[in-house]
Amino acid sequence: MNHNQPVYTDNDPQSELVTLNLGPTHPATHGVFQNVLQLDGERIVSGVSTIGYIHRAFEKIAEHRPFYQITPLTDRLNYCSSPINNMGWHMTVEKLLNITVPKRVDYLRIIVMELARISDHIICNTIIAQDTGATTTFLYLFQFREHIYEIYEEICGARLTTNIGRIGGFERDFNDIAFAKINKFLKEFPVALREFESLLNRNRIFIDRTAGVACVTPEQALDYSWSGPLLRATGVDYDVRVSEPYCSYDEFDFEVPVGTSGDIYDRYLVRNEEMWQSVSLIEQALEKIKHEPAGVFHADVPDFYLPAKEEVYNNMEALIYHFKIVMGEIDAPKAEVYHAVEGGNGELGFYLINDGGRTPYRLHFRRPSFINYSMYAKMSEGMLLSDAIINMSSMNIIAGELDA
Amino acid sequence: MADINNSSVIQLLAERFGAKVSGVNEPYGLLTVETTKDVIVEVLRFLKETEGANFAFLTDITAVHYPDTKHIAVVYHLHNMVNKIRIRVKVFIHEQTPVIPTATVLWNGANWMERETYDFFGVKFEGHPDLRRILNMDELNVHPMLKQYPLEDPNRVDKKDEYFGR
Repeated sequence: MNHNQPVYTDNDPQSELVTLNLGPTHPATHGVFQNVLQLDGERIVSGVSTIGYIHRAFEKIAEHRPFYQITPLTDRLNYCSSPINNMGWHMTVEKLLNITVPKRVDYLRIIVMELARISDHIICNTIIAQDTGATTTFLYLFQFREHIYEIYEEICGARLTTNIGRIGGFERDFNDIAFAKINKFLKEFPVALREFESLLNRNRIFIDRTAGVACVTPEQALDYSWSGPLLRATGVDYDVRVSEPYCSYDEFDFEVPVGTSGDIYDRYLVRNEEMWQSVSLIEQALEKIKHEPAGVFHADVPDFYLPAKEEVYNNMEALIYHFKIVMGEIDAPKAEVYHAVEGGNGELGFYLINDGGRTPYRLHFRRPSFINYSMYAKMSEGMLLSDAIINMSSMNIIAGELDA
Repeated sequence: MADINNSSVIQLLAERFGAKVSGVNEPYGLLTVETTKDVIVEVLRFLKETEGANFAFLTDITAVHYPDTKHIAVVYHLHNMVNKIRIRVKVFIHEQTPVIPTATVLWNGANWMERETYDFFGVKFEGHPDLRRILNMDELNVHPMLKQYPLEDPNRVDKKDEYFGR
């Protein structure tokens, strides 16, 4: 099959169907992926998804990189919530090496991960609103993504592809400005989110466009291995944070919102409620941090945690460890580990096989966007084109995570 | 509902499949078993549908290439969400004849996972409804995740891996 040719041909003069190439670069797809649709009027008869436009061979590259150099690769999976990917990767390696991190590091990680979840859900929900024609709400809430990026900037210096944290903890402690910005965010964001909800939740136009559209039953969702907010919108209360608590999530008090019909409106409501839960989780984490010894931001694992630069220049041991880590003289155990975290779009899994060297023998990412998206073409059959567009927005398909 | 844990699943599999399920192991608490391609669909169906196993959710399908033993391992991760346990099923197939029956008869979600595995490892899933490449271009004539394909041009002299400790 040639990529430049449509999958369907219009050679049949009797055919009244129209072939439409939706994508790869189309403003409504919010990412680089193509759907070749066959339309009968405005209704989709069948569709074929073509993906892989930004495939970057991360799994191959990872086989040639030491563990700490793989973190920047994970940034570029779901680039709307990079910190979750980063933390997921660090925790995978920590599981491999049996490293226990201090409680304070867990709480700091939860703050960063929940901020990332909020920014991920902001993108998805505002874009559903945008695609149904409500530009105001999009502009209203989107500025808070910027505020979250400013917090990242304060923590690690980067905004989008964050590379936050190291194996064993963080590269530096959160500074006072970061905490001040988090507190400011916690004060201002709920106000805006409440306003956002009041503009959409009971909005007749929005409900008409989203409720009852693209309904998915729990059976279908499980059959297609869906996870995350999409699965929860169908009524299955599966959340990795609760099912297999990592990073001390079991100490926190939060709820897992579920929907009933799995339609776009339910997905929107589930994501909104998750943002509220995330705000509460951050507040709880900030409270818990007060009871932990200040200034602890990494575990004591000199074999894998790069020492601070000033110590490398002034301290013999630190210099040795720095040299050994950078030149690859420390081997990790021979083992096989699967670790999953709850990403913005669902279960983000890292399947790592190590043969005893410093680079993975094989690393596979279980990417929720990729797996969730496989149902899209099938779902679209019989749907109106305009519904299929908001269905795609509500699935929050991130091209980086789709293609790895 | 009876309590389902790793040992009860091991026992169930041993009763049903005997020696066809081997290599039972629990690295980091995750139950891992090996089986053969002749019975893989039966094993998966058994794990999915039997009352005492109930691994109804297919988490992932991928593969690993072991050039030293000339094998490709196809790896399935299943999940029992109710009892919160996972199982990893491995099938070793020869790299010259990478053929295995498809799991799409059990889960529709296996469709793209198998396409990805085919794309990168050349594993042919017999009975798959639409076994095409998914991420790479159709004209690519190799399966790039196999270990014989280097990451970069091996003739480059300016970037020797040993200088970087890789």
